[in-house]
Amino acid sequence: MTVAEAIVRCLEKEGVKVVFGYPGGAILPVYDALYHTSEIKHVLVRHEQGAVHAADGYARVTGKVGVCMATSGPGATNLVTGIANAYMDSIPIVLFTGQVPTSQIGTDSFQEVDITGITLPITKHNYLVKNPNEVPSIVKNAFHIASTGRPGPVLIDLPKDVTTATIDFKYPTTVKLRGYKPTYRGHPYKIREVAEIIRKSRKPVIYAGGGILSANAADELLQLAETISAPVTNTFMGLASFPGNHPLFLGMLGLHGTRYANLAVTECDLLIALGARFDDRVVLKLGTFAPNATVIHIDIDPAEIGKIINTHVPLVGDVKLVLKALIPLLERVDRSEWLERIKELKGQYPLTYRDEGGLKPQFIIEELCRLTEGRAIVVTDVGQHQMWVAQYYHFNEPRSLVSSGGLGTMGFGLPAAVGASMAEIGKQVILVTGDGSIQMTMQELGTLMEQRLPLKIFIMNNYSLGMVRQLQEFYHEGRYMATTFRFHPDFALLAKAYGIPGYTIQTHEDVGRLLPEILSAPGPAIANCLIPQEENVLPMVLAGKGIHEAID
Amino acid sequence: MNVAAIASVMNYWVEEAFWGMKHTLSVLVENKPGVLVRVAGLFSRRGFNIDSLTVGRTENPDVSRMTIVVEGDDKFIEQVTKQLHKLIDVIKISDISTEEYVDRDLVLIKVAAEPSQRVEIMQMTGVFRARVVDLGRKTITLECTGNEGKINAFEESLRPYGIKELVRTGKVAMLRGSKLSGEGEATGRKRGEE
Repeated sequence: MTVAEAIVRCLEKEGVKVVFGYPGGAILPVYDALYHTSEIKHVLVRHEQGAVHAADGYARVTGKVGVCMATSGPGATNLVTGIANAYMDSIPIVLFTGQVPTSQIGTDSFQEVDITGITLPITKHNYLVKNPNEVPSIVKNAFHIASTGRPGPVLIDLPKDVTTATIDFKYPTTVKLRGYKPTYRGHPYKIREVAEIIRKSRKPVIYAGGGILSANAADELLQLAETISAPVTNTFMGLASFPGNHPLFLGMLGLHGTRYANLAVTECDLLIALGARFDDRVVLKLGTFAPNATVIHIDIDPAEIGKIINTHVPLVGDVKLVLKALIPLLERVDRSEWLERIKELKGQYPLTYRDEGGLKPQFIIEELCRLTEGRAIVVTDVGQHQMWVAQYYHFNEPRSLVSSGGLGTMGFGLPAAVGASMAEIGKQVILVTGDGSIQMTMQELGTLMEQRLPLKIFIMNNYSLGMVRQLQEFYHEGRYMATTFRFHPDFALLAKAYGIPGYTIQTHEDVGRLLPEILSAPGPAIANCLIPQEENVLPMVLAGKGIHEAID
Repeated sequence: MNVAAIASVMNYWVEEAFWGMKHTLSVLVENKPGVLVRVAGLFSRRGFNIDSLTVGRTENPDVSRMTIVVEGDDKFIEQVTKQLHKLIDVIKISDISTEEYVDRDLVLIKVAAEPSQRVEIMQMTGVFRARVVDLGRKTITLECTGNEGKINAFEESLRPYGIKELVRTGKVAMLRGSKLSGEGEATGRKRGEE
């Protein structure tokens, strides 16, 4: 069979159900092979960036590898932002790109670009295939590399003469990579040491990141927290790994974290970092972050341990397996004094906003949370609305927040929501976006309608690039350069052009009346929510300050 | 032979003591196209400085060995090593500078040499156990191998004559004794089968 047919067979063997892509000359042989399979559905996006974000969103909600295809040259370069996005958030994706025939590589031929070179720093690994016979093992390795260890995107560049070549197909059953052996089981001695340190701690805080979700360790996290009576704070990437309404939950920490989470971290004597990487938006100022704490860092990526702050006990391993081994060694300790202190902090510095002077976005998010009982899949774009979701939507189930954390990619939302909807896991999917973000990739409304996806889109429209505007307010004395829009399309009318019911929401009464209607309607909807321009994301830690010094 | 030359020969032992910050990493990698770019790219984007990097085949044609010299404290070296480990094509990394090892660098130096100076330069060549590999009308080309310090000293001692051109290979290194820095990975043997 041809290599192109072999690739489709490989995808079938890997259990791939959906492929997001956009065809073109160089990838055509693979598309021709897709024509003959009934097991894999191809979703035609409107721009390659949409394909990679959709694969990303699909991977985030299912935990499976997202698959994406594009042609050579511009098709491949259009993937770059999405690949970087997946790389920063450790999302498993396998991408196939077409390439000019091997004889033409290096000659600047039509639609030729060195995509393996371009994506070298933003992929976990990539391949430029020269030998057709290697394709099955490369695909096998790619899926293995993408989904194991610390997950990430893997790209396979396929020259056209390779995909049209004929090979004897045999899908390998095992993976042989002598340079890739992630450590899954934590060192037993270290695990005992961790148990001992936890036993001695009076004021522990669990700081849980996206690693909990990649490892599917939400149950173990809950068990750990309840066993040792430790409050839990999430990084942005870690949100939804711990029940949002649990009494031990502190919400998000860091730049826009809750004050009580930040203060708990400041006061704690033990910080248990689980699948988190001490990002600069969390730590803010070294030296003031958890200054009194012993730090235990459990992560599958050894390079994250000791990268930012000194760790007292490093423990490399899969966080689920480590916690499974650790929990039986722990004993219940009375930490009521510490939990009292946490309660006091929560009472003293609550997360709140003033519900006056227009329709507040926080109110809309709270209502969305209430109406969906914190069980919808919420996809966001990037900016103020993203932080409001992080603060006011209380996630109750793992993998229910889909958002661009590390790279902060505006335009991620809509295509990622398409991908999340394609996962068909029986949950309502909501996109909360901004008037800036939605306009970066709104061509994907076409994909949405073509696939008949019942996505509910809420645009937090403040006629500005709110987060950047907020930065200008705080750091540039309110000189709003290029952050306010003087023109927007009528989003409700735009919805109509796509055949999507459009709504405009501008009062509390609208929220009360329209939100239930929108959420319960069977099809998609776009709600243009007009919110005050001057509303800021608070609390906020100003530049140069420590996390204990947030303003609200 | 001038005094400066003798001084610098003696000096290189002393200088070596100051290079404690330098680490020599012996890195086994898959012998595939693009591996050098992956390693070099990693160093540049993480802001790691490479002192020298050499790469060549090993006893196993599927595996290459890179000898990378980097300068930095322990924390820095730890981060370099961990990041290198994340590359799928990197098989094994050993910081051999923490153990006894032999290392060699090779230099070719083209020195300005009027016929009258040749004898003097040839004497110097003898001191360093270097060799003359070419003679021009007004130049002499020398080859010298040794560890980094010796090569530096050789270079310094020739400087007064006028170095026209110089090329160094960069360091290659190997552990002393029967210990293998690849622990048999390159040859496909398992541990303990040495």
